[in-house]
Amino acid sequence: MPELKMAEAPAAKPADAKVLAVQDLQAWYGESHILHGINFHVNAGEVVTLLGRNGAGKTTTLKSVMGIIGKRSGSIRFENQEIIRASSDRIARKGIAFCPEERGIFASLDVRENLLLPPTVRPGGLSLDQIFDLFPNLKERLSSQGTKLSGGEQQMLAIARILRTGARFLMLDEPTEGLAPVIIQQIGHTIARLKSEGFTILLVEQNFRFASTVADRYYIVEHGKVIDGFANSELSANMDKLHTYLGV
Amino acid sequence: MQALYAQLLVGLINGSFYALLSLGLAVIFGMLNIINFAHGAVYMMGAFCAYFLLNIAGLGYWWALIIAPIVVGIFGMILERTMLQWLSGLDHVYGLLLTFGIALIIQGIFQNYFGSSGLPYQIPDALRGGMNLGFMFLPVYRGWVVVFSLVVCLATWFLIEKTQLGAYLRAATENPTLVRAFGINVPRMITLTYGLGVGLAALAGVLSAPINQVRPLMGADLIIVVFAVVVIGGMGSIMGSIITGFALGVIEGLTKYFYPEASNTVVFVLMVLVLLVKPTGLTGRAA
Repeated sequence: MPELKMAEAPAAKPADAKVLAVQDLQAWYGESHILHGINFHVNAGEVVTLLGRNGAGKTTTLKSVMGIIGKRSGSIRFENQEIIRASSDRIARKGIAFCPEERGIFASLDVRENLLLPPTVRPGGLSLDQIFDLFPNLKERLSSQGTKLSGGEQQMLAIARILRTGARFLMLDEPTEGLAPVIIQQIGHTIARLKSEGFTILLVEQNFRFASTVADRYYIVEHGKVIDGFANSELSANMDKLHTYLGV
Repeated sequence: MQALYAQLLVGLINGSFYALLSLGLAVIFGMLNIINFAHGAVYMMGAFCAYFLLNIAGLGYWWALIIAPIVVGIFGMILERTMLQWLSGLDHVYGLLLTFGIALIIQGIFQNYFGSSGLPYQIPDALRGGMNLGFMFLPVYRGWVVVFSLVVCLATWFLIEKTQLGAYLRAATENPTLVRAFGINVPRMITLTYGLGVGLAALAGVLSAPINQVRPLMGADLIIVVFAVVVIGGMGSIMGSIITGFALGVIEGLTKYFYPEASNTVVFVLMVLVLLVKPTGLTGRAA
């Protein structure tokens, strides 16, 4: 488990390789203690996937990085700046974009308004033409009410709107949940293309088969801790362990 | 027939105030989840602000139309920052009680200094006199109130339904956490929204000063009817508040002509009927 050792190692490596470094992250929902010391990092240009069973703390980890969880402790460093105490709007302004599990399409906004809602936080976001190139369906539905779209289209809209902002670090929470195989494939292509264009992506997935088509590295989350981690190249060697972890 | 038209005009004027006030209540409720019982008090403060501007600073009606909503709006934003913001996430009843208490304090202070009788406020020179429309005599100031209120209501509707700022507001009404996670300073937006709603009430107060005189309890009397209007229209819709406001003013006016005894209760009878048939209000969305 090289990742876990890294937490104690002196920062000898060039720090700029790590876009996100999370150390001993603890988080609470009200009185219940959800995260008990999460350690992991994401390097520039990587797709990293958090795997784990329902309720393990994967979504809470993303929400903690985004600053949405009220009570949290430990260290979250983004591009070498500590953000554990920042409010979520300031975290977003630093260049982190979040696509929530429930997608969060706004019913009182049409598709165009949903797409244009997140403000630009940095220059260099995708233009509308590039977005319609990735998701041609959206272009035809611009004046529909946001929540009238199909599940797959809503997921595309939820991803599309954060690509406009110029954020280069994306956190996608179960983007394939409840979608048809052909749509999952399209989302897989999209993630691969975003990676090739230099985006860094932190993915939460239950769908391990899907994750294996896009991820560079994996972390296993269980009971609010990261208990294991390996690269995609070590995947076949770790298959048995993985089945035990995920109970599949 | 003259009397009917006259009552219709009175109805439209009352409707203008209902619309401006219920519009602000709807915007505030959407964003802060607070039933703003201080709305009548800030309406009164708008009228007093116009009175002070004229009698202390020598600034007339047109200045008051601009300055009073800003001053009272800032007062509202201070209230929101210092008190209301701590109620977010709590039950409606806390906001209702707090704003009700604030209203009583504000009204008490004004009553202490100005008594309960009305202070006069003159109609500005440019809006004096009247026009003979053939079928009725229209006092210019009253026509101005109806037209100006309608313009302000429609401008507010446009701001909320058709602009980027309005899209932020609508989105934050649905899911403030996510909107904030997109990089928008939602707490600041909430403060500004409260300021906007309160400013609209103050504007209505300035408009009403030459018609109804300036009294510490002018808002307390009006706000009860406005809450009935809001219940009938439903909290969820901007255009719904505007249309319901004007429509109920007119219905009240017609009742005054056809059956004057019921004119003070007709709005409440309608409220009871709406609550029985469609508890979310005519245009309201389910919570």
